[in-house]
Amino acid sequence: MDRLQVIIGNLLRIGVYASISIAALGGIIFLLHHGNQQAAYTAFKGIPDYAQPAHVFGNILHLKGGAIIQAGIMLLIATPVFRLIFSAVGFVIEKDHLYTFITLLVLGIITFSMLSGYAG
Amino acid sequence: MTILIFTLILFLGAYAAGFLGSLTGLGGGFVIIPLLTILLHVDIHYAVGASLVSAIATSSGSAAAYVKEGITNMRLGIFLEIATTIGAFIGALVAVYISAHYIALLFGFILIASSIISLRKKENHINTKKSYLADKLKLDGEYPDGDTHIPYKIANVGGGFFLMMLAGMVSGIIGIGSGALKVVVMDGLMRIPFKVSTTTSNFMIGVTAAASAVIYLQRGYIDPGVCMPVVIGVVLGAITGSKILVKTQSSNLLKWLFAGIIFLLAVQMIYRGLSGQI
Repeated sequence: MDRLQVIIGNLLRIGVYASISIAALGGIIFLLHHGNQQAAYTAFKGIPDYAQPAHVFGNILHLKGGAIIQAGIMLLIATPVFRLIFSAVGFVIEKDHLYTFITLLVLGIITFSMLSGYAG
Repeated sequence: MTILIFTLILFLGAYAAGFLGSLTGLGGGFVIIPLLTILLHVDIHYAVGASLVSAIATSSGSAAAYVKEGITNMRLGIFLEIATTIGAFIGALVAVYISAHYIALLFGFILIASSIISLRKKENHINTKKSYLADKLKLDGEYPDGDTHIPYKIANVGGGFFLMMLAGMVSGIIGIGSGALKVVVMDGLMRIPFKVSTTTSNFMIGVTAAASAVIYLQRGYIDPGVCMPVVIGVVLGAITGSKILVKTQSSNLLKWLFAGIIFLLAVQMIYRGLSGQI
């Protein structure tokens, strides 16, 4: 498990640094374009269309600041999920069938949660 | 208020929260929701989304170090993640139907409970009694202490699993890591040594939060303009905090101070929830 621990530790660290760097980059573009507008978060009205998960990647190509931030945040949310995938591979290599199954089960719950969110 | 000013205030607040959170071990998310809702009048749904995302950032950052040192019990963490992700999924679904002032109330009470839990005296007890389930699930482990490794056994797996589901639900409803709740279950009920329970709880927060964040993302709780300064601020603050932590070992006074701040914020949130201002 020792090597896996090092890999997972590094993976978590890289995931966090990469995602906040992307969010910071998007943040600068966002502020250059929208910095002078009024902040309007007092009432809940969802998020702008460009920041919807399905539209994020198209809008990155248009260098839309908000979409780049959202991509960074989506990478951050995906970081623990990558961690699960790596541990599943680790358990397969160790021939630990019980924990391969348990890890896949957790991944399945998150996937189910994601799909049910789309349906809701 | 312009977006630029809003971003700057939020960034400084989040930096302070991350700094104090890592210095005291209480986590930074607690300050984010009151900061957004009470001070900046942001809708609580955006606040919950930003707070949850910042919990993923801080927990993954600090979990990285503990995992490498081999203190974290990864099997135990992944096993209990079955419970916390199911709970987080239910919590995020339920959150949609709970009105804002109930979320504020629940947040206030959890905040008070968590600050009391974190102030408790920490005794590192080692359980050596074997239990059937822990043995079958290969949950028992050992942790490094200086040059030696200290083995320990885990008790009450079933009860712990059930309570973890509740901790996951709380996390999904109010958008916090609920690390203090996880620690109290592992420490008190499952009799896991303190060093292991705190680091394993931290390890679990990211996956737990991801299970509800995927729902929040689609429901529009995670707004880029709100999350960006919060996440960057909290992470930078936590890095500063962890650097200082290495130099000054004990920070008892700070811990009490921070717990005091949290208590006042909790009372504010409860008051606003009751009077319908949130």
